[in-house]
Amino acid sequence: MEFAFYFAAGIAVASTLRVVTSSNPVHALLYLIISLLAVAMTFFALGAPFAGALEIIVYAGAIMVLFVFVVMLLNLGPASAKQEKQWLTPGIWIGPTIFSAALLGLLLHALFKAPSGAEIGLASVDAKAVGISLFGPYLLVVELASMLLLAALIAAYHLGRHEAKDATP
Amino acid sequence: MNWLTPELIEIVIAVLKAVVILLAVVVCGALLSFVERRLLGWWQDRYGPNRVGPFGMFQIAADMLKMFFKEDWTPPFADKVIFTLAPVIGMGALLTAFVIIPITPTWGVADLNIGILFFFAMAGLSVYAVLFAGWSSNNKFALLGALRASAQTVSYEVFLALALMGIVAQVGSFNMRDIVDYQAENLWFIIPQFFGFCTFFIAGVAVTHRHPFDQPEAEQELADGYHIEYAGMKWGMFFVGEYIGIVTISALLVTLFFGGWHGPFGILPQIPFIWFALKTCFFIMLFILLRASIPRPRYDQVMAFSWKFCLPLTLINLLVTGAVVLAAAQ
Repeated sequence: MEFAFYFAAGIAVASTLRVVTSSNPVHALLYLIISLLAVAMTFFALGAPFAGALEIIVYAGAIMVLFVFVVMLLNLGPASAKQEKQWLTPGIWIGPTIFSAALLGLLLHALFKAPSGAEIGLASVDAKAVGISLFGPYLLVVELASMLLLAALIAAYHLGRHEAKDATP
Repeated sequence: MNWLTPELIEIVIAVLKAVVILLAVVVCGALLSFVERRLLGWWQDRYGPNRVGPFGMFQIAADMLKMFFKEDWTPPFADKVIFTLAPVIGMGALLTAFVIIPITPTWGVADLNIGILFFFAMAGLSVYAVLFAGWSSNNKFALLGALRASAQTVSYEVFLALALMGIVAQVGSFNMRDIVDYQAENLWFIIPQFFGFCTFFIAGVAVTHRHPFDQPEAEQELADGYHIEYAGMKWGMFFVGEYIGIVTISALLVTLFFGGWHGPFGILPQIPFIWFALKTCFFIMLFILLRASIPRPRYDQVMAFSWKFCLPLTLINLLVTGAVVLAAAQ
């Protein structure tokens, strides 16, 4: 299980790097899908199959489809790939990289100073346990999220309706 | 020599079983191309392929020879990596989903405790086959087909999942074997979950892009849609992938709503595989009969039907099922 976790985590990191460095937008999205699948794999290895399956269904199967959908419509050609390459100069990425590396160092320091000592993938968190904690201690968060989603739904409906009204002669 | 431990033998047997099931599904998918044409001919009062061999049975061999020896041409304007990847996803996604199906009490590839969720994940990933094929072909018709396909599949996947949540609420598990056992003890889910069956069947047809939901292909309008630039084996993989999707959805319908390997009223429990195969064949034929009999609706009608009719129906079904489960628990 430990091997599976580190293997999938390595793939996730490598493919996420390729998302940033790839100059073709659709290829970058393909790497992002692989990265999400690898994250789902780490969930499986950690013993949370429900979270892993939801990661694939929601992120890789639904949200990324919309991303690919929009990028496909933009009709990006070699010109945009050239532009992407021009933007990826060291002057642009070196500053954020140093700051992120500092944050990563801090995180690693905190993790290695006080290791939790928990074993990987011994306990399996099934759907029932997830449901009990969602509708028990985290009920308020679930309700707030549902309200936020309802607001987004109404806003999307409003926008779509407006355009439809304009289109009719 | 003590490497031949009982555990190793068990692993080898499990792998062999999985390989047999894989080959059986792929061969079924390939044979379906012939079966479909014969059945369509029968239902539409014409002959269909009947020249090669007895009853035209060797037509499939002729077709395969043709497909293998055709030039596997990649257009120079296509995005080569994604162009090659798309048919692999198209065939692989729904073929992988077959692993969760328990065929008989002793046969089945994987007994996952997230069973149905694995199928939803694979059905979600199968959209990329059409999307990538349409985009990488660099062709207007292909792109239009891919856009239609992704919008249709995303809409229909919403209630593909919701339609089955009634079953999950009643059984209390995502595991396919638990669902089959529950049906053997109680009723088959076709009766208490009738609306769930209707919506899941419709969504299943939409996910495999079969008639009347073959908007992405729509021969008359889009000249074949997303696989317009494909030829040879790559096209063949899309073709066989569609039939594998039919086999997988039919097997899922049997497992979820028609008691899996059990016979009606528990008769003849000695022949579980025969029951499973008979019921699966019935649903495969139903898929083909749909194609033979129903005209293709307009694209906006397909979308409106999904959001305005099927989604509310599944939500009501889920609410009523939840109320019944709660009432029964008290």
